[in-house]
Amino acid sequence: MTMTQKILAAHAGKAEVRAGELVMAKLDLVLGNDITAPVAIREFPKFGRARVFAREKIALVPDHFAPNKDIKAAAQCAAMRAFAKEQGIVNYFEVGHDCGIEHALLPEKGLVTAGDLVIGADSHTCTYGALGAFAAGVGSTDMAAGMSAGEAWFRVPGALKILLTGKPGKWVCGKDAVLHLIGRIGVDGARYQSLEFAGDGVANLSMDDRFTIANMAIEAGAKNGIFPVDGQTLAYLRAHGAKRPRIYAADEDAEYARTVEIDLGALEPMVAFPHLPSNVRSVREAGGVEIDQVVIGSCTNGRISDMRMAAEVLRGRKVAGGVRAIVIPATQRIWLQSLEEGLLKVFAEAGCVVSPPTCGPCLGGHMGILAKGERCVATTNRNFVGRMGHVESEVYLASPAVAAASAIAGRIAAPGTIDGV
Amino acid sequence: MNRKGKAHKYGDNVDTDVIIPARHLNTSEPAELAAHCMEDIDAAFAGRARPGDIIAAGRNFGCGSSREHAPLAIKASGVACVVAESFARIFYRNALNIGLPILECPAAARAISSGDEVSVDFETGEIADETTGQTFKAEPFPPFMLDLIAAGGLAAYLKGRK
Repeated sequence: MTMTQKILAAHAGKAEVRAGELVMAKLDLVLGNDITAPVAIREFPKFGRARVFAREKIALVPDHFAPNKDIKAAAQCAAMRAFAKEQGIVNYFEVGHDCGIEHALLPEKGLVTAGDLVIGADSHTCTYGALGAFAAGVGSTDMAAGMSAGEAWFRVPGALKILLTGKPGKWVCGKDAVLHLIGRIGVDGARYQSLEFAGDGVANLSMDDRFTIANMAIEAGAKNGIFPVDGQTLAYLRAHGAKRPRIYAADEDAEYARTVEIDLGALEPMVAFPHLPSNVRSVREAGGVEIDQVVIGSCTNGRISDMRMAAEVLRGRKVAGGVRAIVIPATQRIWLQSLEEGLLKVFAEAGCVVSPPTCGPCLGGHMGILAKGERCVATTNRNFVGRMGHVESEVYLASPAVAAASAIAGRIAAPGTIDGV
Repeated sequence: MNRKGKAHKYGDNVDTDVIIPARHLNTSEPAELAAHCMEDIDAAFAGRARPGDIIAAGRNFGCGSSREHAPLAIKASGVACVVAESFARIFYRNALNIGLPILECPAAARAISSGDEVSVDFETGEIADETTGQTFKAEPFPPFMLDLIAAGGLAAYLKGRK
């Protein structure tokens, strides 16, 4: 069995499962946000139980349109807040108190451990695969059913093996690796399947790199992306007070539909052109596209190492005139850590504006919407038509280093190619 | 269950951001969502869609976000069925969970043109393009899924079985 199949089998109370089989499995955590939870809350009573299955196994995070962007968004956040209170939900994270973007926040809070089975009404729930958990995005009805029963049905997925070797060079990170992968296999290259990462190269990826890579598994159509558990994973889980890990590893003879090899050492900084995450080129081939805005943040790249990487490029330099650079540390803790490390000062002095944690511009919500014809380099995860604003605006996906270098250059650029970086 | 209407044809990788742009996700009221359905790929869709119409599309329909607002918007537009070459995983699950019938049928999805009169039989899986006279066969829904769709979705279906 693959690693994913072993976790599903364990949660379904079975010794073995096969790709294609349908199983009913127990859930360790059910997640929702201010967009998806209100729909689930509306559906919840229809499932016939008055209370959620376990009030400590639900996480509700106001992050997409929070801090409330308008009156309707405020009403949605209020509905979620009221439900959390009524149900005594422990893991509700209020703006300013303990807040953040869900997929950066939950691991930070130690709410996911290796071997867990997590569903979330958000497509980037697959992020937690970085911790050796099975985590998949679902819709609001599945979230409601999960909150009610503590179980969900799954079709056991087959898998692609992504064999990582080598060590990424300076200015190359998890984002470049996952963009390269999506560029190779396409936006439906792993549809209905797992992406199982393996190989010596895994040890050369930080936990933050792994979060970024697992986060974008959905952009290849995958059900989940998952990393093997190693010393770095265990250290991360310990440091964040997570529950005791249950470590699963793929069998030697696990079946894979396909193996894709990636030499991390051979990667260059990458950029995904509009309007698909698979439309990937190296920054070298980007042709110096001129830009109006840069966004550094999101559940993909708003973690502390992303802030450090961006600050390293921006330190002592200035954002080009005519470019708005928006930096969004993904959680309150990352924001505070960035403050303590002096990174916020670096950003401000370079001419960036620093936002409170929010998904905000990534999905065209608020805090940096694009006008007709404007172009943005973003460390986010999607560059679909109209994703960040006007239907004729453009989003280019890249790493924090590329985004920061582009902010300085006023065009898509890699660090190392702009003056003095 | 047999439905008939005009086809609206789209290409590959129709994502949930164009089905219902996130700027409209500050509501989950189906009628409000329907008013903006397909807005960023086909601004005239909301005014043109009639009850019983079908959407025909290419590969990976519904890719992207997990927003259930996407199938809700399509259903509230009156669309009786989406026929595509393939569907993204979360959309597939969400559509059936809210009672929007969707059929995977590459041949039909490729052959149907915008404006064609199309009928769909969910019990047999037969898709007929009455404008061109072509017929196609998709995998029919099993009885429980027909009941689930008729009930209007998973929640109502489970309640009805209690």
